[in-house]
Amino acid sequence: MNIRRVFAMAYKEALQIWRDPRSLAIALLMPLMQMTLLGYGVSLDIKHVPLCVFDQQNNQQSRGIVERFVSSGWFSISHTLTRQAGIRHAMDRGECIAALVIPANFSRRLATTGSVGVQAIFDATDVNTTNIAIGYMQGVVALINARIDARWAAAHGVRLPRTGQVDLEQNTWFNETLDSRNFIIPGVVAVILALVGAQLTSLTVSREWERGTMEQLISTPVTALEVMLGKLVPYFVVGLIDAVFCLAAAAWWFGVPFRGSILTLFVTTALFILVVLDIGYLISVRIHSQLGASQVALLITLLPTTLLSGYTFPIDQMPAPIRALTFFVYPRYYVTILRAIFLKGSGLADLWAPSLGLLVYAVIIIWLAARAFRKRLD
Amino acid sequence: MSSASEFAVHTEGLTRSFGSTLAVRQADMAIARGEIFGLVGPDGAGKTTIMRMLAGILPPDTGTISVDGVDVIGDAEGAKRHLSYMPQRFGLYEDLTVTENIFFYGELFGITRQKRLARSRELLTAAGLTPFQDRLAGQLSGGMKQKLGLVCALIHTPRILLLDEPTTGVDPVSRRDFWAILYNLRESGVTILLSTAYMDEAERCSRLALLHAGEIRYCDTPERLKQAMPGALLAVTSQDPRALRQWIAGQAGVLGVLLMGDRIHVRVDDAARRVPELKALLARQGINDAVIVPAEPGIEDVFVALIGARTAP
Repeated sequence: MNIRRVFAMAYKEALQIWRDPRSLAIALLMPLMQMTLLGYGVSLDIKHVPLCVFDQQNNQQSRGIVERFVSSGWFSISHTLTRQAGIRHAMDRGECIAALVIPANFSRRLATTGSVGVQAIFDATDVNTTNIAIGYMQGVVALINARIDARWAAAHGVRLPRTGQVDLEQNTWFNETLDSRNFIIPGVVAVILALVGAQLTSLTVSREWERGTMEQLISTPVTALEVMLGKLVPYFVVGLIDAVFCLAAAAWWFGVPFRGSILTLFVTTALFILVVLDIGYLISVRIHSQLGASQVALLITLLPTTLLSGYTFPIDQMPAPIRALTFFVYPRYYVTILRAIFLKGSGLADLWAPSLGLLVYAVIIIWLAARAFRKRLD
Repeated sequence: MSSASEFAVHTEGLTRSFGSTLAVRQADMAIARGEIFGLVGPDGAGKTTIMRMLAGILPPDTGTISVDGVDVIGDAEGAKRHLSYMPQRFGLYEDLTVTENIFFYGELFGITRQKRLARSRELLTAAGLTPFQDRLAGQLSGGMKQKLGLVCALIHTPRILLLDEPTTGVDPVSRRDFWAILYNLRESGVTILLSTAYMDEAERCSRLALLHAGEIRYCDTPERLKQAMPGALLAVTSQDPRALRQWIAGQAGVLGVLLMGDRIHVRVDDAARRVPELKALLARQGINDAVIVPAEPGIEDVFVALIGARTAP
């Protein structure tokens, strides 16, 4: 390998990137745009569940109950209904996903029997959301009950029995606020870099075939390895800038806590970008048209990365064969690494397994790509 | 095989097909050092395929190639160090400037900075490109692009230069510059192999291979090829050369008729006998302004006579 030829190749490629400001702008702004879309779009938290209220009692006490739901922050009242049929109507139009029905004899039943039923109706088309909303509602009701008990006890001068109770004291580590965004955003960064990185390099060799510059290039003594390294260097810089953009947005814009070291982040990110760029390069070597190469790059990165990297769908929950498949999906290693660095502050020593996974991947892909490039026309 | 290294380019039985199409069949060539060797033939005759095989970027199906004593099939990369190939389609980077393209190719061949600067100054002057050094290659005219291609191909002083239709679509002034550079090169001992469909260009070569349908039919100096042409050539001029051709074609003793712009070239078996006959024939048809004189055959006439097809439409 001749380092001068690698440098010449890299310099030429950098000039070409620089002379095409539109593509460069896309390469640098696209990740930020995707970051905004995916960062805001993908959230597993449900806040302000739209709630319809059909309060048949409508007195101070029942309004107090409704008020407890609103002040919990989990619900917001979308409709205050006067007819039972209104619930169906509101759900059909998607204006609420939960409804609360308070019976007309609410206060009297509570006063006489000490217990009263309120009805909750859910739109269960989205099971996940419904389960979460049910959980929220049980939480609110438990609070209401505790307050009723306390008031009753105070009014009757009775001490409530505290025997035989186990209180669960919850401690959530690493993501104390249980904010799903902290979990998802690092995954989003990995997905975006995987997509953008492969796109960046997928055009670099096919462009030379299309424009006719390849025929002259392969008639020189330049080697396949020199072409690859030379072409990857400038894109590596672009990829790192993209990574800085995305990671900075994750930490400062989306406020994901960053607890790890910059060095660990840099080493693993550089490794990941190398893998991602080389995947694109490999595609570019095999497919001689720019459009084809870019489409294949999108196709083979998009689905595995979004479905099997574990960035939203937990790998632990997948059936065993699918789980085995995820080991071939290189972003899964980086998703794991990023989450650990951001939330747990893990160092390279803790992350040896996924880092090794990336390293092995990098070596194999580089070897394949260098071999795939033939200095021949057929 | 032992003699292969004495030649700049030596091929034996070179054959290559694409699918069911035989592009090149059994091509044997022996090109001496310092020759300007021309591959002449119509489109699809196999010129580009031969060039690519010699450049080491397209392996032949069968046959041997030796370029500057290096076996191209066994050691294509070794051969590439001493040859330069200029493809038919412009192969430089249009989004790089003239200087940047030269720098890039200079670096790929590992020449020193001083040598690159000295050589590019010399070549740019010869090509008349000095004022355009900072212009993007994509913004050069067709002729300037081809000259830049030549400059890049020559920056490392190759021993063998392969040029695939280098002057197609190039203006006459640029073509003159181009040829001036080639003649200079030959004096410094560089072997030049070029393909062309231009007959005036073929005349400038030291030797020619006439290609048709993938086969080298004849290979000799332009002079000897002309001598090998059977029959004698007559130039006939008149107001309406097309009408002339119509009457003359197919007459006894007429071997071929070729429309050459404002006149026709008629190849006959015996000039002394046929000239009076043709004059009489034309007079009978009421063509009285026809002038018939003996003519020197060009490569076009030779090609048509020997192969029975024209090189260019």
